[in-house]
Order: sequence, then structure tokens, then C-alpha cells
Amino acid sequence: MPKLTIDGHEVEVAPGTSLLQACAQLGIEVPHFCYHDKLSVAGCCRMCLVEVEKMPKPVASCAMPCGEGMVVRTDSPVARRAHHSVMEMLLINHPLDCPICDQGGECDLQDQAVAYGFDRGRYAEAKRAVQDKELGPLVKTVMTRCIHCSRCVRFVDEICGTPELGLIHRGEHTEVSTYVNKPLTTELSGNLIDICPVGALTNKPAAFTARSWEFTKTDSVDVFDAVGCNIIVESRGDAVMRILPRKNDAINEEWINDKSRFALDGLTRQRLDRPYVRRNGKLQPATWEEAFAAIADTLNRTDPNRIAALAGDMADCESLYALKNLMWRLGSPHMDCRQDGADYDVSTRAAYVMNSGIEGIEESDAILLIGTNPRHEATLVNARIRKTWLKRGCKVGLIGTPVDLGTPYELVGETPTALLDAAHPFMDFLRHAKKPMIILGAGALARADGAALHRVARDLAEKIGAVREDWNGFNVLQLAASRVGGLDLGFLPQEGGVGTRGICSGKMKAVWLLGADEIDMTTLGDAFVIYQGTHGDKGAHRADVILPSAAYTEKTGIYVNTEGRPQRAERAVPPPGDAREDWKILRAFSETMGQTLPFDTIEQLRAQMVEETPVLGLMNERPAAPWASFGKEGSLSATPFTPVIPNFYMTDPISRASVTMAKCTEEIGGQNRNKAA
Amino acid sequence: MNASSFTFTPENLARVDRIIAQYPLGKQASAVMPLLDLAQRQSGGWVPQEALDYVADFLKMPRIDVYEVASFYTMFNLKPVGTNLVQVCTTTPCWLRGSEGIVGACKKKLGIDVGETTPDGQFTLIEVECLGACVNAPMVQINESYYEDLTPEGIEKIIDALKAGQKPVAGSQTGRAGSCAQSGSTSLDLGNTP
Repeated sequence: MPKLTIDGHEVEVAPGTSLLQACAQLGIEVPHFCYHDKLSVAGCCRMCLVEVEKMPKPVASCAMPCGEGMVVRTDSPVARRAHHSVMEMLLINHPLDCPICDQGGECDLQDQAVAYGFDRGRYAEAKRAVQDKELGPLVKTVMTRCIHCSRCVRFVDEICGTPELGLIHRGEHTEVSTYVNKPLTTELSGNLIDICPVGALTNKPAAFTARSWEFTKTDSVDVFDAVGCNIIVESRGDAVMRILPRKNDAINEEWINDKSRFALDGLTRQRLDRPYVRRNGKLQPATWEEAFAAIADTLNRTDPNRIAALAGDMADCESLYALKNLMWRLGSPHMDCRQDGADYDVSTRAAYVMNSGIEGIEESDAILLIGTNPRHEATLVNARIRKTWLKRGCKVGLIGTPVDLGTPYELVGETPTALLDAAHPFMDFLRHAKKPMIILGAGALARADGAALHRVARDLAEKIGAVREDWNGFNVLQLAASRVGGLDLGFLPQEGGVGTRGICSGKMKAVWLLGADEIDMTTLGDAFVIYQGTHGDKGAHRADVILPSAAYTEKTGIYVNTEGRPQRAERAVPPPGDAREDWKILRAFSETMGQTLPFDTIEQLRAQMVEETPVLGLMNERPAAPWASFGKEGSLSATPFTPVIPNFYMTDPISRASVTMAKCTEEIGGQNRNKAA
Repeated sequence: MNASSFTFTPENLARVDRIIAQYPLGKQASAVMPLLDLAQRQSGGWVPQEALDYVADFLKMPRIDVYEVASFYTMFNLKPVGTNLVQVCTTTPCWLRGSEGIVGACKKKLGIDVGETTPDGQFTLIEVECLGACVNAPMVQINESYYEDLTPEGIEKIIDALKAGQKPVAGSQTGRAGSCAQSGSTSLDLGNTP
């Protein structure tokens, strides 16, 4: 534990800590550009120079480990002069175009030039200019502004595992480039905008629309997958302008994927902003009263045993709870929150969550992926696997469709039966691993043999020692933000009820779709369909009554991520037109039916919900799920796994309505890249 | 050569095996520079994009890493060059000894500017930094050969010879042996003092 003095303060730090990190621990700011705590150290911007006693020259504090007895000064005349000079050199070739630069107001270079630069320039010669690069539909480039900190190069190399950016040429001619001008293929490219300390890489869809200081920032949770990435929704007036990651080291660190960040234009397109009722075969605008009356009229005439409810992938816990309660009051036992038709055993929580947690991946030394492509199904989980491989050299195996994960892996098999192949060398490796882990894709569990697969994977987890007192490496990787919450709440077939497959069999007379769009609408037969949701997507087209509701940015709601961690999203903007929050719609309708739900405010609803399902009250925590016996016997099929997400950029009503996501689909593809590492 | 595809010839593949064998197992990416050099020789003095991709895939490296290496080192030509690549050193010692005159003579003789190739594809003229032959400045490298102790007339003769398909004698054009002083060896008697 080296002890050193920084600006007169004594500090003791862990061995290997850099001077810059030690300064950060003391709360001393050292200016820097190339250093980023999630990336490797490059030491190339030279902005973090500090004076160290007995060293002949100022040293780059990001790359200098703390030594015993060092005396460091960050604010001495020598250090000050060094900052001034480096800043002057950086500005020689950096255009002074802040007024027309989108980074203005949130630019590291701008801020640090004010704090550490000269008050005037001495450079009167010609500046260099660099041709802009084409990085695809999401990242705009103004390469003349680049200061060659190489953060972007290290990011795509280290975090994404898609090394497509590099520094080409040399000296004064150095450029960040893909060399071949192809769009970046990583699903994390939006983060380049955040890590670029200058205005070289900026948000292409949001170019020239707003300044960072105009936004109202609201803490929220991402709902495009089940990872539950923490986000900041930035709004101006009634419009969501940007979505940025919010740091949470347990979940998404400081990244989010491109769909979470850029699908926001889908929130304003194809929106349902008033109720509709189908009259004479055509959907016609209606008032809330008319819509409720039309539903009540049908439901009152329908046998409760022929009424069903299906919940979609973006439903919050509150609306699930309200709809379940309503169905119970109507006397219907038919409901399901698994619109993909999965039918595996969910009797205990350990059976459907990621028991190790996302952070737990970093402890594992052997990971077996089953029927999943985490790169598309949970990009940040994939990033965590890559991080673990990079830092600790964990071994990764895949039973599923061969894809490019960005991390080298061993293809153990392409069919579920590969799970039974105990003689495979990778299985042997798993058995001998210290903390083996199984990640079972929820998409694979929706297969016909999903229930059996679930059981076999559970048994395998026990066999390889993945479930112990101190370690639970049995993980189900859910796909939908609403799924774990729905399962926790028991939004499942009740006594005598049927699930998704039963509901989608044409036998129901009335079906309530809570944002459920991913089913084959023809399987609902001639049922009276109530679609409560946000977008004019598949469900709304089939609907007999449409109840417009608020999207995730327009309401407060609890979502439980794939780890089983409840998190609360807050309302950033109001819903469009007549759209209302889901729980309010259900509460209002229940009154029309004379079955009034027993809550008037969201606080009352939450209190009741938490009383019935205490785990939902443990906000931001990840309660350990006790291990139990679960699973249904069955036989595995020899049919190969197929990709669960055909197109990463379009998976739900919001991203399907997004122009940006359509451009990504066109230019990047979003398909399963069939390249085994 | 056909630029739409690139593969090493069988003879070169055998050399590649020997080159890669010089590096530790699993570190085959270390062979990128000799392989690029080989690819450049095979492709007539330059490395087409296809060859860069081929070398990257061959060594299981990210392609951008190979682009970085190839664009960093000026000895790799990423655009086609003439049969004779005339590289005039213009770094300080050569410049003090009259490299400007050499460049001028080349331009005049070839009718092209620095960085250009003659229409017949015979000559490409470029300026380069120090090639390490300062003692015999000014000097020019043409393909593999150094031509030292040059005068503007001297380089014109060399170009004439190359045009005529001859191979001019490389090395010092004034007949200096080794790098001894112009007046002859002054400190060590190698038996050739006048």
C-alpha cells in the first residue's frame, strides 16, 4: 500500500493505483481527455501532466503508478504551465467552432480550455482539416475536431469486441478511421458519442436540434430488453430529445445499447392518442366513455371463462397488477405475461431470474450460453461477458446458433441435445471450473421443448457445481422488461385457466391485450379484442377497441430486470393527446364494470402490490432467490436453435415506428452475424 | 495483377510458414510486417486493399489493425507505383549536400512532380526522410538499390540507364569505398591511401 502526498494531502492507495486515480480519490481534479476509467490507459493526450518531486519532467498521471513517498503537485507553476502548453498544442489543430458544434455545452475540451488554457491563442498559421468519416446512421463525424485521444478506438476494441476503428497514418496526418468507410456494426456505437471528449463524434439523429443545457433530465429505466439499463431521459417541453445512460456498475456500467438510445423517435410516430371503437368493421375515434361502454357491453355478455388477458413486453408492474386484479374480479382465470408462449416451470423465482446477477458474471471462469445470442438479446450482458473474458480470461461455450459475440467462444453444439453430451471437453471444463455459469436464453425456453430444456439446464447446473452455498450460476436471460415482474406478480394462468397457447387458440370470446403485439393475431379467432397500448402496431390493427396508453417515458412504473431487481422509472413527459397511464385506464374501466379496483392513487396501488408481492418493494436490490427443485420432465428435440431476434433494431412497437431504427436496419442489418470466433 | 483477389503464391506461402515459425505460438500476428512486405513484392511494389484484407484474415487479426500498420509505415505503398520507385532523401544532411538539386533533376528528367508517376508507369518520384546513408549524401533509393554521392547529372544518367532497361551500378557514384572521407581514409590505413 504505497503512501504518497498529493498537493499536501497524505493518501494511502492500493498498489497499482495511478496518480490520476489517487487524485480522484482525494477529490482533486486533474484535467484529462484520453483517460477513461472503463478503458485501458493510453497516455496519449498529455493533458493530465503533474509535477512529481525528483522527477525531471512533468509526468502523465494517468499512466504513472503511485509510488511510496512520492510528492505530487497538480497545481504548481510547473503543472500549470504544462496544462497551458498541452492545451495550446491541442487547440492548434482544433477548430474554434463551438457555436456551431453540437458538443458545445457538454464538451470536455471547451470546459478544460476555460479552466486550464490560455486566454488567447498565438497560432496564426493554417490549421489542418480532415475528411469526415462515414460511421453509419447513428454517429456523426466532424473529424477536424478530433484530438486523437483514441477513446473511441479503445472502446470498440475493448468493450464492443468489434475492432473496426483505428488510428491510420502517422504524425500530423493521423486520423481516426475505419479505413474502408463502412458503418460500425456494434450495437453499442451510441456510447462513442458520450466518450468522445470533443465534438468529433456526435449524435447524428439529434444533430442541431438542441443544446444540452435546455433539457430537463429524468431518471428512468430502459425497457427495450430485460437488462434494465439505467437511463436519463432528457426532455424539452413535451418532447423526449435524448436518452443517455445513467451510471450503474451493477447493471449497465455507463453504457446503453443503440436501440435504447436512438429508438426514441418511435415515441412520437404511429402513436395512439385517442380511444377508438370498431364500428361496422372500421376503427373510429371515440371518447373514453364510449370505448369503456363498448367493452363493458361485450364483457357483460361474455362468459367469464371465455375472457382472457395477455400482457406485452413493456408493461410495468403496476399495470400488470391492475389488470390481474381486474381479470380476477371479472372471474377470468385466463391470463399470461409470456406472449412468446413459453411454458416452463416458473413456480419459484430462482427458475426464471439471473441468479448470479449481471455483476456476478465477472466472478465466473466458465460460461455456457444456451440458445441465446446475448449480443442482441441483452447487449450489456454480452459486454459484461466480454469484459470478464478480457480481464480474467473466462472460457465461453455456446450451444445455439453460431454468431459473432465479439468474444471468442467454443461452439459446443447447435441443438438442445448437445446439453446431454457429458463427454464434450467443454462440459468437462465446466465441471472443473471454480465458478461455472449457465446462461439460458428465454427465447429458447419458448420452443416446444422449452420446458424440458429448462429442466435439463437446471440439472446440468447442479451437476457441474454451479449451484452452491456461495454461488448460484444458473441464469435465465429474459428478453422482455415486463417478464420477471409479470412472473413475480403471478400474471399467469390461474386455477383452471390457460396460458398464451390456450388463449391464442381461437376459443376466447374477449381478449385484453396489454401492449401485446408479438403474437399471431389470427390465432385470436373472432374474439373481441381490447388493445391497450401505445402504438398503432399489430395489436391495434386487430383491435375492436383501442385504449391509448402512456409509453415508458410518460409514466412512472416499476420494472423488474432479468436479475430480479425492481427499479422505478419516472415520468419525463406527458402522454400524447388523450392517452393515459395504464393503471389509471384499468382503474377507470373497472368502475364502469361495477368492479372498482381498490386503489385511487399509484401509491395505494404500490402499497397493495408490495403487500402481496414483497419482493417488488426491494427497490434497486437484487434479493437472492432460494434454490429449489423445479422443472418439467420432457424430451429434448434435435431441432437446432434458431435466432430469437431476427432484427436487433426492430423488436417492439416503439422501435418498429422509429425512422432511425429503420435506417439502422437498412444500413447495418441487425441480423445474426453468422461468424464463429 | 488482378486486384479483385489476392492470395500468396505457393513459393511465398512456403516463406510465410518460415516467417510465422519465427514467432512464439499464438503470436502469429507479429508476422504482419514481413507478410505485408511479401505481399507488396508480390503485387508489384504496392499493397492493394485485397492484400491487406488477405494478410489480416491470414493472421486472424482485425483488418483495421493491418490498415493501421500499413498506413503508419511509409515503406508500404497503398497506391500503385511505377516499376522504378525513385525515393529521394531530403532530410538535413542530404539537403545540405544538395538534395534540392537532385529532386529538381529528377523532376526535369521524368517530367513529373514529386508524388507522381510517369504516364508509361516506369517511374514514381517521391521524397523520403533519412535512409541512413548520410555519410554519402546526397542519395536516392530506387527500388532495392542505394545510389550515393550523387550530382544532378549523375542521377540523370542513372535514370537514362534505367529507361534503357540497364541496371546501373549501385552505391557511391564517385567510387568511394565504404564511407571514408572524400579525400580518402584519414584515420585508418586500409591500404588504399593515395
